Amino acid sequence: MTPIEKVEGRAIPFGLKNVDTDVIIPAHWLKTTTREGMGRGAFESLRADPDNLFDSPVFKGAPILIAGDNFGCGSSREHAAWALGDLGIRVVIAPSYSDIFSGNAVKNGILPVVLPQPAIDRLMEVAQTDPVHVDLDTQTVTTPFQDRFTFEIDPFRKMCLLEGLDEISLTEKSDAAIGAYEAQLDADRPWMRPAIA
Amino acid sequence: MTRPRTLYEKIWDAHVVEQRPDGTCLIFIDRHLVHEVTSPQAFAGLRASGRTVRRPDLTLAVPDHNVPTTARLDAAGNRLPIADRESAAQLAALEKNAPEYGIRYIDAVAPEQGIVHVVGPEQGFSLPGTTIVCGDSHTACHGGIGALAFGIGTSEVEHVLATQTLLLQPSKTMEVRVEGQVGPGVSAKDIILHITGTIGAAGGTGHVIEYTGSAIRALSIEGRLTVSNMAIEGGARAGLIAPDEVTFTYLKGRPYAPKGADWDAAVAYWKTLASDPAATYDKVVVIDAADIAPSVTWGTSPEDVVPITGVVPDPAAFADPSKQVAAAKSLAYMGLEPGTRMQDVPIENIFIGSCTNSRIEDLRAAAAVIKGRKKAANVRWAIVVPGSGLVKAQAEAEGLDRIFIDAGIEWREPGCSACLAMNPDKVPAGERCASTSNRNFVGRQGPGSRTHLVSPAMAAAAAVTGKLTDVRELMA
Repeated sequence: MTPIEKVEGRAIPFGLKNVDTDVIIPAHWLKTTTREGMGRGAFESLRADPDNLFDSPVFKGAPILIAGDNFGCGSSREHAAWALGDLGIRVVIAPSYSDIFSGNAVKNGILPVVLPQPAIDRLMEVAQTDPVHVDLDTQTVTTPFQDRFTFEIDPFRKMCLLEGLDEISLTEKSDAAIGAYEAQLDADRPWMRPAIA
Repeated sequence: MTRPRTLYEKIWDAHVVEQRPDGTCLIFIDRHLVHEVTSPQAFAGLRASGRTVRRPDLTLAVPDHNVPTTARLDAAGNRLPIADRESAAQLAALEKNAPEYGIRYIDAVAPEQGIVHVVGPEQGFSLPGTTIVCGDSHTACHGGIGALAFGIGTSEVEHVLATQTLLLQPSKTMEVRVEGQVGPGVSAKDIILHITGTIGAAGGTGHVIEYTGSAIRALSIEGRLTVSNMAIEGGARAGLIAPDEVTFTYLKGRPYAPKGADWDAAVAYWKTLASDPAATYDKVVVIDAADIAPSVTWGTSPEDVVPITGVVPDPAAFADPSKQVAAAKSLAYMGLEPGTRMQDVPIENIFIGSCTNSRIEDLRAAAAVIKGRKKAANVRWAIVVPGSGLVKAQAEAEGLDRIFIDAGIEWREPGCSACLAMNPDKVPAGERCASTSNRNFVGRQGPGSRTHLVSPAMAAAAAVTGKLTDVRELMA
């Protein structure tokens, strides 16, 4: 996973709420066995409109996406995070996310920034004409107009993103604890194992 | 005396392997369900890093999303090829990966094949008090038997395959209490549609919802699975319903469920799981069952719910400006005008199936409405897709298949089908579908498709009248 610390660039003033992962990447793009090339299917129904934001000369390839409440709701498909990453998006800024999407985003080096709606409204305005700066280390979003918004992030997620950590390697360090849990479970509740071996 | 705990807290506490200083917990996963769409990249990751599957015995793989719902065997009993090359490749990948890693695998032509969320409880693989994950958001379904079950992304699928654990932050708790008795023609699907309309599509974000109250307790396991299935539509990662005698009766004797003395020990444990009377939730919503009508969605978010007796809302009537914009976009996509009576909306397609509503009780409810009637002339396409091979066999033993076929409705093989348009079952652009599935998102049932979410009985009613219909008018 690519580490992420500072991202500066144009921010796509998308702004819609309840954007579901079927909209981010429709199901027919999921018929693949790899993670690559999902950007082509990203926001397919919206990009059918030739005047869409994502393909406009100004916002094409922009590293930041601004969205409304409950971004990434619906299906658990990680393909949504892969698709955003393939479009070049490193940061999403929204008032809230679905729980599954925000987890998927972090695991793919995409920072889900949570800011209240008034901050989103202001950034949507700035994004029309100017770049936005996101700094994970200081947990701030700033603009060329002296706007400065701070955001909260779970410390574990912050560390994973800053260091580009592979969670499985981290968990493997707890191998002994997992083994001990399994042994205790077999002793306490042996019926938990499926009845057919 | 320990502090009073909710069902969620009891299951969580019993699965903590390690707690990190920041509150993140390493949680043990008791059951991992795997299907063909969200697993190939996870197996590829294992292979690339030289890792193995830690607990293949706790893992069950079954293909469901991509499999066509037309006949899978020819007259001689040979497997028919899958025409779509990409779908065939995904199925082939699962068929190769499962045995390579020693994972139990139910193949596409096995009698017990079906939608993973139907198969789990039906096989007794899903049990109360367990943690269950799957690379599919409707894993919330298994909360209907009292399991803490939730959808995960593909990186997490790989993490569970490799370590049998997940790193998680505890969720907040939410109680949705439905008290009283529902009226005639009101099903579990109407209860959960009504709840979703009440709390909103983000109402449960960050929470695990426990459904309680007399109306929930009165539901069968099939009904409870339907309710918990759509916890995710209210933004909650998981739903839960406390296991009780109804649950135990349902599970007893199922293939993977405990047997003999193990069964007795299991039931004794499961009885300790119910939320303590003094336990508190972070959020509580109380709903009067008498307020729930047969329900239907009008828009492109599952929160866009009205009673069938209602009308298409006016976007200007919403207080939230962003909801006004979203509603206007939804109505343009759905081709609906504010003020139109829902019962005047014509329907060209009917889909009865999905992990929400494809169990035997759902098919019985639909067949009861269809019996002695015919599909309306304007209904172009109507299919019933049983949730599993076992549901299909049971329905056929009861003669339900004949009721559908005689009415002009197709009787299909099990799978996810038209719920998500990644197999040949799709709704054409600009056409409407009365669907028993769980999502009415833009393009969900095919590009340009217009979905109205309903119960099986309501879908059946629409099939025979050719428009959205109050099923109570067709009940004797």
